[in-house]
Amino acid sequence: MPDIPVQQVSEVERERAGFRRKESMRSVATSIVSTIIFVALVVAVLKSSPGWPRVKESFFSAEYFALAWPQVVEGLLLNIRVLIVALAGVAVLGTSLALIRITTSAVMFPLRVVARFYTTIMRGIPMIVVLYLIGFGIPGLDLFGRIDKAVLGTVAVVMSYSAYIAEVLRAGFEDVHPSQRASARSLGLTTGQTMRLVIIPQALRKIAPALMNDFIAMQKDVGLISTLGAIDAVRAAQIVVAKTYNFTPYVVASVLFILMSVPFILLNDWYSAKLRKREQTGGMV
Amino acid sequence: MADEKHDRPISAEHAAPVFGEKVLRIDNVVKRFGDNTVLDHISFDVRKHETVALLGASGSGKSTIMKCVNLLERVDDGQIWLGATDITDPRIDQDKVRARIGVVFQQFNLFSHMTVLNNVTLSARKVHKWPRDKAEEKAMGLLRRIGMERKAKEYPDRLSGGQQQRVAICRALMMEPELLLLDEITSALDPLLVGEVLEMVGELKHQGATILMATHEMGFAHDAADRIVLLRRGKVAENGSPEEVMDYPTDPETRRFFAAYNRV
Repeated sequence: MPDIPVQQVSEVERERAGFRRKESMRSVATSIVSTIIFVALVVAVLKSSPGWPRVKESFFSAEYFALAWPQVVEGLLLNIRVLIVALAGVAVLGTSLALIRITTSAVMFPLRVVARFYTTIMRGIPMIVVLYLIGFGIPGLDLFGRIDKAVLGTVAVVMSYSAYIAEVLRAGFEDVHPSQRASARSLGLTTGQTMRLVIIPQALRKIAPALMNDFIAMQKDVGLISTLGAIDAVRAAQIVVAKTYNFTPYVVASVLFILMSVPFILLNDWYSAKLRKREQTGGMV
Repeated sequence: MADEKHDRPISAEHAAPVFGEKVLRIDNVVKRFGDNTVLDHISFDVRKHETVALLGASGSGKSTIMKCVNLLERVDDGQIWLGATDITDPRIDQDKVRARIGVVFQQFNLFSHMTVLNNVTLSARKVHKWPRDKAEEKAMGLLRRIGMERKAKEYPDRLSGGQQQRVAICRALMMEPELLLLDEITSALDPLLVGEVLEMVGELKHQGATILMATHEMGFAHDAADRIVLLRRGKVAENGSPEEVMDYPTDPETRRFFAAYNRV
C-alpha cells in the first residue's frame, strides 16, 4: 500500500486498543463491586452487633457533638498557636543540628558529638516522656517561677521534632551532588555562601515531601500537650467528656484535627507527584 | 600546518610558539592516599595563552592533579604556583585563589534551582559584589556570544547537556579567570553534543584563554592543544607538542597508549 494517510490506524492497533478498553472496563467494574461488598459487610457487622446502639450513642451522638463543638474549637486555637510557634522553633533548632552534623571542621567536634547524641536519644524517647520531663521536670526545678503549660508543651514538641527534622535535613544536604558544592567553591563562594545559596535550596526541594509529612505528624502531636493540662482541643474534649459521660467530644476533636491536616496532605501529595514527574522526565543529558 | 604534520616531525622549537609568563607552575607535586602514591613528583607549567591537554588512562592521576590545582584536594609535597601565589601554602585565602580560576566539571555544574542568568552572574554578585545590572549586562554579552541569550531565563533542566556545559563555561569565564580548568567536560555528553562544546573551547583558545584541560577526546587534544602532558602511574610520561607526543612518540608505552585509543 503506497499511500497510507499518516493518521490511519492499523488493524493491529485497533485490536489492541479494543482489548485494553475492555480490560480497563472490567477492572473498574471489579473495584466498584468489591467496594460495595466491603461497605455492606462493615455496615452489616455494626448493625447486627448487639452493642451498636450504645456505641453509636456514646461516640457519634449529634446532640453531644453540637454541645462540645464550641469548646473544642476554642481549644483548637491553642493547638494552632502552639503549632505555629513550634514550627518556627523546629526550623531553627532542626537546621542548626543538621548543619552541625555535616560540618567537618575540628573546632566543631564537641558540638558534633552533642548533636549526634541529641538526635539519637530524642528519636528514641517516646514523645509523651519528653512532655512529662519538660512539663513537670522544669517547673520542679523551681528556677523560673511559674511557666505556662502551653509554653512547656511547645518546648517539648520542638525538642522532639527537631531531632527528626535534623536527620531529614542532613540526608537532604548530603544528597546534593558533590559537583554542586565543588562548583560553588570554585566560583569563590565561601562555605557559608555555598550552604545558603546552593546546598540548602536544592536540598529543601528534594526533601520537601518528607518535611511536610513530619509537619502533618506534628499537627496531631501538638494535641499531646493536653497531658500537661494545657486546655487545647483534646483537653477541652476531655473536660466535656468528664461532665457528660459521653465520648462524642473526642470525635469532635478528631474531626477538627483531620480537617486541619487534609489541606496539607493534599498539598504534599500534589507536590510529591510533581517532583516525581519532573525527575522522570528530566533525565536528559 | 595541519597537512604538514603527518609528513615530518616538527621540532620542539617550531611547534611551541612563544607564550607569555607562566600562569600555572606545578613543581614536584606529591599526593598520597594512604600507601598509594597517586602523584609522584609531577612537574609541568601552563603559560599565558597556552592550552595544555592532560591525558592519561583512568587512575593515572589526571583528575587528582586537577583537584589539587582547584584546591579541592590537598597536596602532600611540592608546590603549585598560580602567578606569584603558592596556592599549596596553607596560610593563603583559598576562596580568593578559587575566584582566580575558572572551573568546569564533567557534569552537574549548573545550579538547578537558578536560571541560566543567575548561574552565570552568581560569583560576580555574591563574591565580587557587583551590582546586579552590571553583572547581568556582562553575562548577557557572554551568552550572546554562544547564541544562548534567549535561554537566559530558563532553568538548566530545560537545556541539552551540551548547552548546559557551554553555559557552565560562560559562568567560569564571567570573572575573566587567569586560568580555565576543564575537567573532562565532554565525558558525560551524548556524542552528538560533544562537537558544540569543543568548538566553544576552540574559540576560547583563539581568543587567548589559558586552558588546562583533562580530556579523553584525543582528536580534539591533538588539534586544539599547544602541548600534551601525558600522565602514567602518577608520573609525567610525556610533555611536548601534540606532534611529538601523539604522532611520533618514541616511548613504546606511549605508542601503545595512543594505539589503543585509535582502535576504539
